[in-house]
Amino acid sequence: MTSSAKNNNFSDKNILLSHGDGGIKTGELINNLIIKYFGNKILNRLEDSAIINDFHNEKIAYTTDSFVVKPVFFPGGNIGKLCICGTINDLAAAGATPMALSMGLIIEEGFEVKYLEKILESAGEVLKETKTAIITGDTKVVEKNGMDKIFINTSGIGYIRRNTDITPLNIKPGDKIIINGSIAEHGLAVLSSRPEFNFKTNIISDCAPLSSLVNEMIGSSDKVHALRDATRGGIATILIEMSEKSKTRIAIYEDRIPVKKEVRTLCEFLGLDPLYIANEGKMVAFVDPADTNKVLDAMKKNKYGKDSCIIGEVTENSTEGAVFYNTKIGTKRILDKLYSEQLPRIC
Amino acid sequence: MQNNIIALIEEIKRTANGLSQINIMEVCGTHTMAIGKNGLRQVLPQNINLISGPGCPVCVTSISDIDNIIELAENPCNYIFSFGDMLKIPGSKSSLYKKRSEGANIKVCYSPADAFDFAVKNPQKKIIFIAIGFETTAPLTAALIEKAYETKTNNFFIYNTHKIVPPAIEFLLNSSNKNNISAFLCPGHVCAVTGSRPFDFISKIYGKPAVISGFSAEDILKSILMILKQIKNNKPEVEIQYDWVVKENGNPIAIQYMDNIFDINDAIWRGIGNIKKSGLVLKNKFRNFDAKVSFALKDVLVPEPRLCSCGEILLGVKKPFECRLFGKSCKPDNPVGPCMVSSEGTCSAYFKYEKYKT
Repeated sequence: MTSSAKNNNFSDKNILLSHGDGGIKTGELINNLIIKYFGNKILNRLEDSAIINDFHNEKIAYTTDSFVVKPVFFPGGNIGKLCICGTINDLAAAGATPMALSMGLIIEEGFEVKYLEKILESAGEVLKETKTAIITGDTKVVEKNGMDKIFINTSGIGYIRRNTDITPLNIKPGDKIIINGSIAEHGLAVLSSRPEFNFKTNIISDCAPLSSLVNEMIGSSDKVHALRDATRGGIATILIEMSEKSKTRIAIYEDRIPVKKEVRTLCEFLGLDPLYIANEGKMVAFVDPADTNKVLDAMKKNKYGKDSCIIGEVTENSTEGAVFYNTKIGTKRILDKLYSEQLPRIC
Repeated sequence: MQNNIIALIEEIKRTANGLSQINIMEVCGTHTMAIGKNGLRQVLPQNINLISGPGCPVCVTSISDIDNIIELAENPCNYIFSFGDMLKIPGSKSSLYKKRSEGANIKVCYSPADAFDFAVKNPQKKIIFIAIGFETTAPLTAALIEKAYETKTNNFFIYNTHKIVPPAIEFLLNSSNKNNISAFLCPGHVCAVTGSRPFDFISKIYGKPAVISGFSAEDILKSILMILKQIKNNKPEVEIQYDWVVKENGNPIAIQYMDNIFDINDAIWRGIGNIKKSGLVLKNKFRNFDAKVSFALKDVLVPEPRLCSCGEILLGVKKPFECRLFGKSCKPDNPVGPCMVSSEGTCSAYFKYEKYKT
């Protein structure tokens, strides 16, 4: 559960799609209804994973995520691959090594078994690759038309090495901001595989488990200050949240942020901004400038980090936090929070 | 920074040097967005002032139309198909987005053909497509109406809010005592359909320069330079910068479709009022496809919210920062006036891209 927002009154009468998009409305729901009843020291941090610091003298990361992607199969993956990658990546963003996962399946009556099997097979492949396992689970079936095909919830726990301390609170002016490759592919891959979307693209989701990448990053340097999985709301949203949590200003550069040509073209055509489109295999890291090269070298050796690059830096402390976007033509502007979903149900 | 852009900016500065204040109005929401997104105002010399006109069709849709569409959505037999931008626009009581969360049949489509196909497949349901936009989208609507007429698809309707751009520009030129417009950046996509000719009056009658521009930062800067050169040489004309897309005669097939289906009539532009001969209405032969006629909906004059400056902003008299509501009670998630409602609205673009001066 991530997102943050200042306290506003929760004034909506009905739940809107934007309450689930990870933007301002999600923040309102979390802060004004969920925190209202469940608020506690750990939950209130609203990070990718909760960190339990003194669990029998061990540091444990714990996270959960639900997957409702539509369509269930998309170029580059399916809900099965996604539900494991998503939870693994949330753990990795806390600097944790994933240990075990749970899976809750909610399936619509009539869903074809061959598709279910394909989904489970894909999930199994990621578990194997990441040397993790589903150790508990649950299955429910809902009557036909009671829901849409299949929803999956996963949760995961991981352990954090004693000397690892990854949190936005460690971000400092001077930190370099690194990403492990090009952005906005997952959201567009899902969008372009929807039946109502009548044109073909060759964009493939970046959905991937990043635990090995993160392991190598924090193995190469103890100066990786913070990590964040750039999912819903894209890199813009997570950078804004990181700047607010760390009370710093951030500068990023248009000509350094990798965006594939077909992604850029489709975004221009549809009026979408790639900075705000979801990724499912992109980790954004804040690294002390002294160790940037070490970390980049380690990342480039991993199969999910070949295109890693620096996209910006933390410029100064600031009570409010802000992200400045420097354009190719030498102008700059502040990145704003997402006011409403660009694309619903992308994960 | 790219060298060609640096050179272009330098040439603009040299050309603008010595000229008095130049107010260039863009009348296309996509230009408004591109100017904001690329921060173009930051690189232009002080005597060049870019002002945004009524270039966003969603923004100029009247509150009465929104209320009518919401009324249609309240009937569970009706299926509303709309482009995504329309959903958030507040009517006088609710919005389509809220109605959808309450169970109304409202579908977002990327192409009007989706609405038509749904109508063919579901003859017992009533399908209403929200037909919105300028000359860019009107030919698509026209083609569908022709198809619906030929196939007798009588459960397909449009709620028609189509408008055309040149009369609005003429209206702005006639209000020029208020806004002092020196030149126009004309809408590339609209002109791809209409061609440049319908815009010739800007230079021929009103003696103002106009350039039909593309949408990249470089296109817009080049167009600004073309305008400056016209001013400097005192030779106002309508030039095409976006010449790989826009031709003098436009797209004759698209124009033919519009001529076959629509008549021209007066239209209400939200925030501005009635502009003569600026609206497209279905010809009598096709009136049964007009949801307003078939569902007996009326235009009700709904006053604009108090203190809202959108009317003056759409005319280029005020900038968003000069509105007392801007960024305070009027924000993208809770828009008060029309310029904040659509992502391509002037206030929305300013809020998103120019809220903090750097």
